[in-house]
Amino acid sequence: MKHLQIFLAFFRVGMLGYGGGPSSIPLVHKEVVDKYKWMNDDEFADVLALGNTLPGPIATKMAGYIGYRVAGVLGLINATLSTIIPTIILMIVLLSTITSIKEYPWVQGMTAAVVPVVGVMLATLTWDFYKKSRQSLGWIKALAFICCSFLLMEIFGLHPAILIGVLLLVAVLKNDKDPDKDRHSDRGDAS
Amino acid sequence: MIYWEIFLAFFIPGILGYGGGPASIPLVENEVVDRYGWMNVSEFSEVLALGNALPGPIATKMAGYIGYQQGGVLGSLVGIFATVAPSLILMIVLLGFLYKYKDSPKVKRMTTFIRPTIAVLLGMMAFSFFFTSYEDTGIWQSLILITASFLLLEKLKIHPALVIVGAMGYGAFFLG
Repeated sequence: MKHLQIFLAFFRVGMLGYGGGPSSIPLVHKEVVDKYKWMNDDEFADVLALGNTLPGPIATKMAGYIGYRVAGVLGLINATLSTIIPTIILMIVLLSTITSIKEYPWVQGMTAAVVPVVGVMLATLTWDFYKKSRQSLGWIKALAFICCSFLLMEIFGLHPAILIGVLLLVAVLKNDKDPDKDRHSDRGDAS
Repeated sequence: MIYWEIFLAFFIPGILGYGGGPASIPLVENEVVDRYGWMNVSEFSEVLALGNALPGPIATKMAGYIGYQQGGVLGSLVGIFATVAPSLILMIVLLGFLYKYKDSPKVKRMTTFIRPTIAVLLGMMAFSFFFTSYEDTGIWQSLILITASFLLLEKLKIHPALVIVGAMGYGAFFLG
């Protein structure tokens, strides 16, 4: 019974969450807090905060953890699969269909027209990331980070994984002069 | 060893993609297009477009499909596992520890520090998509599609799935 509820809750989240993981957060909240009452608002906020401190997709981290809390390891597997499997199957079926009729010129026209649209979506995502960087770092630092990243990756051909790994290491190892004061100011200007 | 390559190709974006699925898109592109050469930019854009048009988390949809394409059902499972499992296991194991440090400035700084790098990666991807479009359909068709989709998505707030379906319809008639 519990497993059916877990399946239904995260199946709905997966099928209705357009626009990637972050857009499904309010849907998870609705199922988990409002409908099934597996946790209250504060607990949900904690799970979300924890999920954000770790890398990887947010929707599956939340599903997995909440499933685990409700019904152990089986709940974890159930919730994660319910979130992702239905749309992956849809994706494989649709893309395979497109590939099998690829020779027709009108199909090639369709895929050619999609390329610039995805370009626009990526460009707006770029702008979002830049705006958030400017809010948290200030525009001088943000531009400096951007220029250095660009030079290292595009001109010197450094693998992004190495650059990101180094940046994460610096973020952790950097000393805070006054941790308490830092903590308060950090909360104040959180983006 | 295709399954090991699939695992690595999605493990790296999964473990480095701070800030949710969209942050890992350029990292996936780097592995799939640049490193392993499983698809070209235009094929990757098809996957991304359809992924954006369908519901659910974007990172796992890409991993599931590309894994399936390279290694069948098992490849698909390997791709999904590599994307999801490492951070999920970390989350459950480190729960107490993380809970204590979730407000720490160090933890917040991690996301802050890599954001500009992700912005550069996304920007370069957007550029290569525009360039591919320019090569395939010419400057005027590209400009029409870019302007129209920007206005529809950002000014009129039309749902991305509808914009993509609209662009496909336009392409079928005018670019075929």
